[in-house]
Amino acid sequence: MTVVDETVQQCRDLLDLLPAQALAKARERHPGIGGFAVFPVYAPVEIIHAAGLMPLGLFGVGSKLEITHADSRFQSFICSIAKSTLELFLRGEMTPFAGAVFSSICDVARNLASVAKRNAPDMYIEYLHLPQNAASEATRTYTRAEFRRFRDNLSARVGRPITDDAIRSSLDVFNRVRRLVRALYEHRRSHPGTLSTGELFAVLQACTRMMPEDAAVLLEDLLNSARTRKPLARDSVRVVVEGSFCEQPPIELIEAIESAGCQIVDDDLLVGWRLFKADVPTAGDPVANLADAYVAGSMYTSVRYDSGQPRTEGLVQRVRAAGADAVVFAAAKFCEPALLDYVLFRKILDERNIPHLKLEFEEKMWTFDRLRTEVETFTESMLFD
Amino acid sequence: MPPTGPAAPVSPTVSAPRKVAAAARDYRGVVHDLSKDVMTGWMNQLQDATRNGAPSAYMMISGNCVEILRCFDILPVFPEINALQLAIRKKALPYILKAEEIGYASDNCAYVKADMGYTLSGGVGENGTIPRPTFIVCNFVGCNVYIKWFEQCAAMMDVPIVMIDIPFVRENQPSPEDVRYVMSQLEELIGTCERLTGKKFDIDRLREILGYSARAEEGWALAKSLCRNRPAPFDCYFDSINMMGPINALRGTKDAADFFDAAVAHYQKMVEEGVGALDEEKFRIVVEGPPPYPYYRNFRNLFERWKAVAVQSTYSTVGGTWEFGFRHDPDRPLESIAEQMLLHNLCNRTMIERYRQIKTYVESWHADALVIHSVKSCRLFSAGQGDMREYFTKELGIPTLMVESDLEDPRYYAEAQMKNRIDAFFESLEYKRVREAAAV
Repeated sequence: MTVVDETVQQCRDLLDLLPAQALAKARERHPGIGGFAVFPVYAPVEIIHAAGLMPLGLFGVGSKLEITHADSRFQSFICSIAKSTLELFLRGEMTPFAGAVFSSICDVARNLASVAKRNAPDMYIEYLHLPQNAASEATRTYTRAEFRRFRDNLSARVGRPITDDAIRSSLDVFNRVRRLVRALYEHRRSHPGTLSTGELFAVLQACTRMMPEDAAVLLEDLLNSARTRKPLARDSVRVVVEGSFCEQPPIELIEAIESAGCQIVDDDLLVGWRLFKADVPTAGDPVANLADAYVAGSMYTSVRYDSGQPRTEGLVQRVRAAGADAVVFAAAKFCEPALLDYVLFRKILDERNIPHLKLEFEEKMWTFDRLRTEVETFTESMLFD
Repeated sequence: MPPTGPAAPVSPTVSAPRKVAAAARDYRGVVHDLSKDVMTGWMNQLQDATRNGAPSAYMMISGNCVEILRCFDILPVFPEINALQLAIRKKALPYILKAEEIGYASDNCAYVKADMGYTLSGGVGENGTIPRPTFIVCNFVGCNVYIKWFEQCAAMMDVPIVMIDIPFVRENQPSPEDVRYVMSQLEELIGTCERLTGKKFDIDRLREILGYSARAEEGWALAKSLCRNRPAPFDCYFDSINMMGPINALRGTKDAADFFDAAVAHYQKMVEEGVGALDEEKFRIVVEGPPPYPYYRNFRNLFERWKAVAVQSTYSTVGGTWEFGFRHDPDRPLESIAEQMLLHNLCNRTMIERYRQIKTYVESWHADALVIHSVKSCRLFSAGQGDMREYFTKELGIPTLMVESDLEDPRYYAEAQMKNRIDAFFESLEYKRVREAAAV
């Protein structure tokens, strides 16, 4: 086994755990550390970390837990992640956590926060309204106030101050993590065959289940190892994967896309955990810096309206910058933001003559043969036409 | 937090002698016709604007700021009403399919699809029934789909869009920062209206418009309060549609205020005469969720045959929860508009607040049961309604029925299945009554 293989396997093992088990695992290295669950897409994790807690990405439970209660609360036309997240709350699986945060990404997530709260009344559940109007002069002021509200509420809940210095330190750590992620994305793009997206995705998802200090070490090792890896050359189509910003596809789906002849050169997987295009400044007011970075320094996502940064142009730029040949939409079934965005994405890609393919996934998918065949047909049509 | 503000004045609950069905049926004619008159006037304006180019703006129903548009003589256009009308006239499906051709998924909101399909088919613009808007005001009040819908309208019609981002209510009250954020955006909207129309903002005009709004809101609250009486003078779910048009689309006009004066007088007279919505009122229900517009009459019949009358409904409060006391205030024009958008409508409040609202309805409007109509299209309403059923049945002991279909897409309405469930529910309610009577 190579270093990359070993790292990826460790990460896959970590992803096989339920959130509370992953927290227990983190406590082996950080005795007594508290956990705070972060529902996608984005939350200011630095503030959670500065409170002495480990932010943990809540990305559903895949096939690790059978849904036995949440199905009766959320109807058949609701996405998997909402149901599996609620299942965790209903079964008391979130009890070891100090709290959870949801945000204004869609109607389902908003109602989920309420239903989770009703069923776990003792748990601290925070809801952030992240701004949808980037054009107003009042947006920065509002966002700063919203992040401060989160800090103050969390501070009151944990019973200790969350100081500016602590937030600056957390910004340093997360800036380092995000720098490494950007370097890994660049490496994957420019050195085909040395790091697959299946591998990178497993590692990055695992990084949302560990302390960022540990994640930084892991990512640095991965980057160094990938740089020395011998490329595995193969004919493939360079694609951007779009639509997986919230509920994450099974890793097997990403592997199926790759094995069907696609080299994924950019994506929006786990985008909320690597949202900022550049380091967030630490000097001055760190909460204001973080809020300003959200308003003016973020990548586009399907859960945010930004008149100055249309997502359609964002996708085209993403394709161009990555030197991609095509786009694969991988949207969670019933995900309204992804499925609605597909209409405008499809239109602009057609206008710019960029081929595209749409797939839908669910957490509990276990067979990927049909999707692999679809992707194979798509890639062959591009390679041999 | 319970729904805010004092309830509107209400007549004491009385059991009046029943009148004949003919008298009950007659009331629908009066208020329905009044509503039709004022709404037709507005729709004629829309039709005229397709040709004369009068300034118009798209806007959403929920917690809207239509008064600001009115202040600049900008004609408000509501794509939700367009979608609703297509559905109730049984014309929605071809437009839904048209939208699916360009990429909309079967799981997307069918309101969006019907409206977009209609737009793509030429329904909007010179040869249609709806004007191509001068600009789009996206009042994002709770429903995230609004944002996508209006963004896509703007992209497809190439018109400018103004976003009004309303922070969701996540503490007991909106914070001062929330209010300031909304006020700033309203001021920016006023600037946009000034630029686009060349008219100067006149705050006294806005005060006058808000006076009409407050009058209509008072009428809304009075009418709904009259449904606390036995029998209720109108069905507060199915007949509320007659009041929802005037309160949401025409609010701020003298016509809408006058409509409510007349409607309240009519309902008041019915209460005094003991005339109800049906010839006999056997069950009083609260209904949660939007109706299945493609089968509006069929769905209504399924309740009427059991002599069940809705005495309150949550869907009717999408635009505003006026029955809990809030009124636009001409002395605090922008502040009161901001407060209404933030707090005093159903969409911008949590599910937990909705549970409280329904609980108040059941208790204060003397309902026997809760009926949840879960629609696939609108996840703002539906996501988590299973938990709502759990809460009302298991924690409060209120008989609750949950049925599923859609508010726009006729493919999701299964009449036989719906009838079976509704019949079984009322049979069990009836049996429960017999059993309770026997036990006394």
